Amino acid sequence: MIRTEELTKLYGSLLAVDHISFDVAEGAVLGFLGPNGAGKSTTMKMIAGFLAPTAGRVTVFGHDVESEPLAAKRLIGYLPEGAPCYGEMTPAAFLRFIADIRGLKGEHRGRRLDEVIARLHLESVLEQPIETLSKGYKRRVGLAQAILHDPKVLILDEPTDGLDPNQKHEVRALIRDMAKDKIIVISTHILEEVHAVCNRAIIIAHGRILADDTPAALEARSERHNAVSLRLAGVTSETACAELRTLPGVASVEKGVDGHLVVLPAGGRNLLAPVGRLALTRGWQVEELVVERGQLDDVFRQVTTRDAATPQETGA
Amino acid sequence: MRNVGIVLRRELASYFATPVAYVFIVIFLVLAGYFTFYMGAFYERGQADLLSFFNFHPWLYLVLVPAIAMRLWAEERKSGSIELLMTLPITRWQAVLGKFLAAWLFAAIALALTFPIWLTVNYLGNPDNGAILTGYLGSLLMAGGFLAIGACISATTKNQVIAFIVSVVICFAFLLWGFLAQMFSGWAPAFVVDAIASLSFLTHFDALSKGVIDLRDIVFFLLVIGAWLAANTIVLDMKKAD
Repeated sequence: MIRTEELTKLYGSLLAVDHISFDVAEGAVLGFLGPNGAGKSTTMKMIAGFLAPTAGRVTVFGHDVESEPLAAKRLIGYLPEGAPCYGEMTPAAFLRFIADIRGLKGEHRGRRLDEVIARLHLESVLEQPIETLSKGYKRRVGLAQAILHDPKVLILDEPTDGLDPNQKHEVRALIRDMAKDKIIVISTHILEEVHAVCNRAIIIAHGRILADDTPAALEARSERHNAVSLRLAGVTSETACAELRTLPGVASVEKGVDGHLVVLPAGGRNLLAPVGRLALTRGWQVEELVVERGQLDDVFRQVTTRDAATPQETGA
Repeated sequence: MRNVGIVLRRELASYFATPVAYVFIVIFLVLAGYFTFYMGAFYERGQADLLSFFNFHPWLYLVLVPAIAMRLWAEERKSGSIELLMTLPITRWQAVLGKFLAAWLFAAIALALTFPIWLTVNYLGNPDNGAILTGYLGSLLMAGGFLAIGACISATTKNQVIAFIVSVVICFAFLLWGFLAQMFSGWAPAFVVDAIASLSFLTHFDALSKGVIDLRDIVFFLLVIGAWLAANTIVLDMKKAD
């Protein structure tokens, strides 16, 4: 388990991370979301033991990252932001170096190297200097390095940044495969990624946790969660709008292009049944009907911009 | 100790992964030869020793050793690989020591490649080979002192050029404490002048280069190396993130 307690980081007078506390248990794939400069990377650097917190502490399976750094670091695989490597080394030499430092030995060492190289499709570039590789390959070398010792904790700072869609898909599959008995923390800008791999998401802005939930529960916070989007024939959109507004539980109705109507619920109530009944009794022809789940994007914007407007809101 | 060895191997290999190592060695050997034979008047002196060879080492090292040391940390900081290195299960000391020893070993290789001059002097006369060995030891220790300074300075910046220039200036000061101390002799008490002068690399190298083994000189260089490496670990901790 990873536990952060009141984790705080000051850069000069800039408060980058502001008393963050959370626990992550085995089996969790935690997604860190947040605008640029929100404190995601700083938090990950502190968990990985690169930066010392100004206040608070991090423990990894009971090992305090500051007082027992080696014990904690042995359990962690870390991909820093931008996947820095030693450019003049070849992936083969670089991974052998990491294997040695991680104390892998004998047959196990060879097997892990083969596995990781195959897993990340590095066979064809093994003997080229890393600085000559494409961004995608560099990222994969960085990932290979992080998972080489099969760590219990994986901290990946923007693992799919710079990969093409196929490579992204593969890396996500890799993360899902490894998730069962590990703790994985990833940071990302790409919200669909949270859906694809995470079972928990934390939204950070201005160094504070603004939301901490499952991706589905976060979506439910969207004002468009359970909104009913429909297209009708045999009735003008004005009439339909007016009628739909009178239904109980409807917050508002939006008119979209080409006669699309979106019925927004008050308090996330499911409006499918009342909308359906109304259409039936009025004899409207329903050409299209979709219940929206809500977009993580919307929630992200709602949560982070509300915070920006009132930064002192949760001062304590 | 195992981790120091692993870091050392990687670092040493990275010297030879680029042409830098070969360029450095060639320049070192050419300059060492030039200084010895022309400026040091090796033949004209008619002495079967390597004094004219060792005499120029402090000045050769002043420029060349910071060039070996400048990349040690500055490059890691610039590329961001320092974040990788510092999150691997090794201590800061192991990283500092491994890198320093790699650079020192590289300097030792360059120094060892001057062996033809030792062959020459043995061919031409009957030199005191013990004194020559002591000279080599002194030269290596002095290179270590310069390297430790350069490594520490390299950790303070992302810019290798800055690391180089600042290291040269500090190394220059360490060479010339003796002369600098003279300037204070008018008003400062004698023991202060002596104390400052005794920090000079030249003073301590001089005896060794003449084949005089004084334990104090050896301890001096080892202490200088230790102190600068300790400073290196502290600087690393303070500056690694910016």
